[in-house]
Amino acid sequence: MKPAAFSYHAPRTVDEALALLRNYGDEGKLLAGGQSLVPTMNFRLAQPTALIDLNGIDELFFIREDNDELRCGAMTRQREVERNGVVKRIAPLLHETMPHIAHAQIRNRGTIGGSLAHADPAAELPAVAVALDAQMYVRSVTDARWVAARDFYVGLFATAMLPEEMLVEVAFPQSRSGSGWAFEEVARQHGNYAMCGAAAVVGLDGKGAVENARLVYFSVGEGPVVADQAAALLVGEQPNAEAIRAAADTAASQDIDPVGDIHAGPAYRRHLAGVLGERVLTRACERAAGAEGQ
Amino acid sequence: MSTRQFGQPIKRNEDPRLLAGRALFTDDVHLAGMLHVAFLRSDLAHARIRSIDLGGAKERPGVAAVYTADDLGEYWQPGPLLVPPPPVEQLEFHPRTQVPLAKDKVRHAGEAVAVVVAESRYLAEDALDDIFVDYEPLDAVVDLEDALKSGSPLVHDDLGHNINARGTQTKGDWAQAEDAADLVIRRRFHYDRGTAAAMENRGIVASWDDKSQQLTIWDTTQAPIAIRNGLAGMLGLSEHQVRVIAPFIGGGFGPKIMMFYPEEVLLAWATLQLGRPLKWIEDREENFYATTQERGQVHDATMALKNDGTVLGIKDVFLHDAGAYAPYGLTLPISSQCTLLGPYVVPDYHSEFTSVFTNKPIVTPYRGAGRQHGVFVMERLLDIAAEELGIDPISIRRKNYIQPDQFPYSNEIIFQDFTQLTYDSGNYEPALDRALELIGYQEFIREDQPRREAGGKRVGISVVSYIEGTGIGPYEGARVTVEASGKVSVATGVGTQGQGHYTSFAQVVADQVGVAASDVHVVTGDTDLFYWGAGTFASRGAVVAGNAMHAAATKVRDKILKMAGEKLEAAEEDLELIEGRVQVKGVPQTSISIGELAVEANPMRGAVRPGTEPGLEATEYYGPERGATASGVHAMILRVDPETYLLEIEKYVVVHDCGTVINPLILDGQIQGGVAQGIGNAFYEQLHFDENGALLNASLMDYLLPTAADVPNIVSDHMETPSPLNPLGVKGAGEAGAIPVGALFAQALDNAFRDIGLEVREIPLSPNRLFELVTEASARGNA
Ligand SMILES: Cc1cc2nc3c(=O)[nH]c(=O)nc-3n(C[C@H](O)[C@H](O)[C@H](O)COP(=O)(O)OP(=O)(O)OC[C@H]3O[C@@H](n4cnc5c(N)ncnc54)[C@H](O)[C@@H]3O)c2cc1C
Repeated sequence: MKPAAFSYHAPRTVDEALALLRNYGDEGKLLAGGQSLVPTMNFRLAQPTALIDLNGIDELFFIREDNDELRCGAMTRQREVERNGVVKRIAPLLHETMPHIAHAQIRNRGTIGGSLAHADPAAELPAVAVALDAQMYVRSVTDARWVAARDFYVGLFATAMLPEEMLVEVAFPQSRSGSGWAFEEVARQHGNYAMCGAAAVVGLDGKGAVENARLVYFSVGEGPVVADQAAALLVGEQPNAEAIRAAADTAASQDIDPVGDIHAGPAYRRHLAGVLGERVLTRACERAAGAEGQ
Repeated sequence: MSTRQFGQPIKRNEDPRLLAGRALFTDDVHLAGMLHVAFLRSDLAHARIRSIDLGGAKERPGVAAVYTADDLGEYWQPGPLLVPPPPVEQLEFHPRTQVPLAKDKVRHAGEAVAVVVAESRYLAEDALDDIFVDYEPLDAVVDLEDALKSGSPLVHDDLGHNINARGTQTKGDWAQAEDAADLVIRRRFHYDRGTAAAMENRGIVASWDDKSQQLTIWDTTQAPIAIRNGLAGMLGLSEHQVRVIAPFIGGGFGPKIMMFYPEEVLLAWATLQLGRPLKWIEDREENFYATTQERGQVHDATMALKNDGTVLGIKDVFLHDAGAYAPYGLTLPISSQCTLLGPYVVPDYHSEFTSVFTNKPIVTPYRGAGRQHGVFVMERLLDIAAEELGIDPISIRRKNYIQPDQFPYSNEIIFQDFTQLTYDSGNYEPALDRALELIGYQEFIREDQPRREAGGKRVGISVVSYIEGTGIGPYEGARVTVEASGKVSVATGVGTQGQGHYTSFAQVVADQVGVAASDVHVVTGDTDLFYWGAGTFASRGAVVAGNAMHAAATKVRDKILKMAGEKLEAAEEDLELIEGRVQVKGVPQTSISIGELAVEANPMRGAVRPGTEPGLEATEYYGPERGATASGVHAMILRVDPETYLLEIEKYVVVHDCGTVINPLILDGQIQGGVAQGIGNAFYEQLHFDENGALLNASLMDYLLPTAADVPNIVSDHMETPSPLNPLGVKGAGEAGAIPVGALFAQALDNAFRDIGLEVREIPLSPNRLFELVTEASARGNA
């Protein structure tokens, strides 16, 4: 469990990092918190020729509020996101999610950008980014573009980024008034990757009916899975127990198509998707109703 | 008056060093000029080796040597059979033991095929990538029943079948029990593999010093003396030329007493070839393949009972997964066979096992060592019988317990130490009563459970009993020496892996020699400091080494008193030993320190009289005629989330009886650690092999160990039924915590889901498996 030889680079600016990335292309790897990359290198599953360490690039470490948006630099540590007051106010769903990611020791080192870019199908942050309609700011030496989270995830450990591109920043829109949110997951042990998890965002109209809903699962597919049919079923309905159960059932039986692994078979995953769908939709609707009532 | 230290909850002598990071572990050994070793391991579980191409490995800069089986010449030998077959009639036995490097064929994933020695571990691993092994993949033997079908692939081609051993042991006449029964229940039980996952993986440093012609080996072994003897023999060296040091070890649990691991054999040989010190530290991935594992068994068990719950007999036919090689002979299946009978009177018993070779890592004893299976089968049968007879699970146990006046109690069959399975002493009902009281059994059944179930919760309770054969022979020794400083040093041959030996052994000695336990310095695991011994296994350290300590310390005490009597001109009966001094009872002015006596016992001038030995020192050995039988009761309240199938242990009680207690603090630590391992075994830890024998979860990411969040605070209490077999009255306690936990989980889950008739017949479980079992049981109920 020792990595193969590689060259090491410690750029001080994003531009320098991008130049190195263009130089090495597929052979280069960005090192963020190293919590996913280093184990794969130790197993020699990844053998990059060059490691481009982002830890010395100050401009990538920030959390700020900008036009009612939450902006996080890619290198912001997960622990920082977890404890930040602006995050809690603007993106409470993100705040609620953070403690579920790994263990505190790992969050001290792991970064928001690293997790979003790694695109692990069992990771929390990609699903939450999709649920919140986050925007990813992606740059290369020649190009800079914003990609909606929903378009960012294109498959198993795969994103819309090209080899010479890098995730620089992520923007989360302010949670809308009158909307509610919830996050829940089932992991065999706290801090482990979940067997199934779900995030929901629900908005109610003036009459208390569901105006918009988004339910996103993780660990049940190749990336974040948006339960569109369930959401469609719910929109226009009063968010009572039957409506929510029907939506969760639809999510579990129609929207997802989970495969099994050693921890959870497809049937159990579907079962959990139903349970968690119901739980997060219920809580999101309650929160939305509470927000309405204020 | 001096206070007795034996029996006191004294804090551990070794902890300050361990906690401050000042204890020496194998990886802390750094020698000048040391090279590093890495092993090329097979990715395939079963394949013929057509050829090995070293590629550029040997020429790679920094590489000192590359070896394959062919380079070993005569040194290439299968390992020894560690335990010969016991004197059981009707035994079929086909031993096959591990080899240093695979030659023609690999028999399990992770089997070593080549070794690289290089300036660093990094370079050594780079060179592994240069080597190409041309394998012809073969179908793998994975499932125990399939392994026995004709046409199955063969792990050892020359055998013509996959049977490692078959054996039958009987007591009474099962057929008669079956005839006389009111109820006969039959079930199949599965127990699957796990790994000990000690916090410290294995490691070896081997160093040949050409000038002194000495080979020194630091090894994470539980049996340094046996390693020395074996390696000296293999290498053609005198035993005095080989020193094996087992320093501090981060957990042994049995797999570290496997002998000889290929790495041990190869590093010792290669340091002689190269004349440079070598280090190999097993990494966590290797540990999943190269360190031995345990626990795969399938039991078809039948129990015959009377309507009142009296057990008449048991018939058990089981398969045991031996893995690719079986250096431990029949130890494990015999242990399962013998433990199954538990604390109960079973007049008629027929037990038949087949030990099966598979293309999976080698199986040797791991904490519990076959006992888990026996307890699981017995306790499950009792639960199922109780359910069918409409008796409560407590009464059926009470009804069948061996009574205190029945000891010594013989079960007639042969135990793993080759003597007749005989329980020395025991008193089971008081432990049961105490456990019921501590868990709050009656309140739970009458009030809590119905109330909480009415609120939609699922909660279950369980209570199981077990016995543990401990403290078997052959022997251990100890040397106790009073030093000029008045401090006492003690040496023994057993290795220590965190059991608290530096303290519990010190307590045994301290009382005899009249010093504080903190003034007794214990050394274990260095073959240059104690020559003879067997090792740390089978919960035997306290019993066997402990009694040797006691014997040696008693002899030293006699020497002290004799000498002091002469010096102080007093009769020995009038002397007492207090705080490092000998004094005339009630006359503290007339006294002498044991340090001064030690100096006088080793004079510079004059002559030591013929027939006396210099120094205040004694060496004694102790070999128990047979094992001492410990026992216990565990009880648990378990909450199940009925939607997610996650579990939470609300309360866990252990009432344990290991005879006389040396140190209750250390004992609690042993029990708690064992329970934690048992919880892992029951609900988290499972090695998943696919149909090709590939291990799917060879990392701690996917092989789940229980964490602090999963293990509850354990309420424990101790009963003391001394063993009549040894002077200290002690019984072993090392494995007790781990043994009954699977049975406890099964019973609690059945209880929580009794409305749908859940019957758990397998371990380990998981939320996913529980979901499946509950879904099946509900479907059966609705059908
Ligand atoms: C024991 C353990 C438990 C864990 N449990 C969880 C869990 O429950 N949930 C969870 O989500 N995660 C979990 N993780 C993973 C953890 O959250 C990682 O921190 C995260 O997946 C990766 O972030 P990182 O900053 O460490 O990235 P790295 O490991 O440094 O990088 C990961 C990948 O992303 C690429 N990358 C990094 N930054 C960028 C960027 N700015 N632009 C483009 N590509 C980039 C890297 O090149 C690499 O390929 C766990 C990790 C461990 C060790």
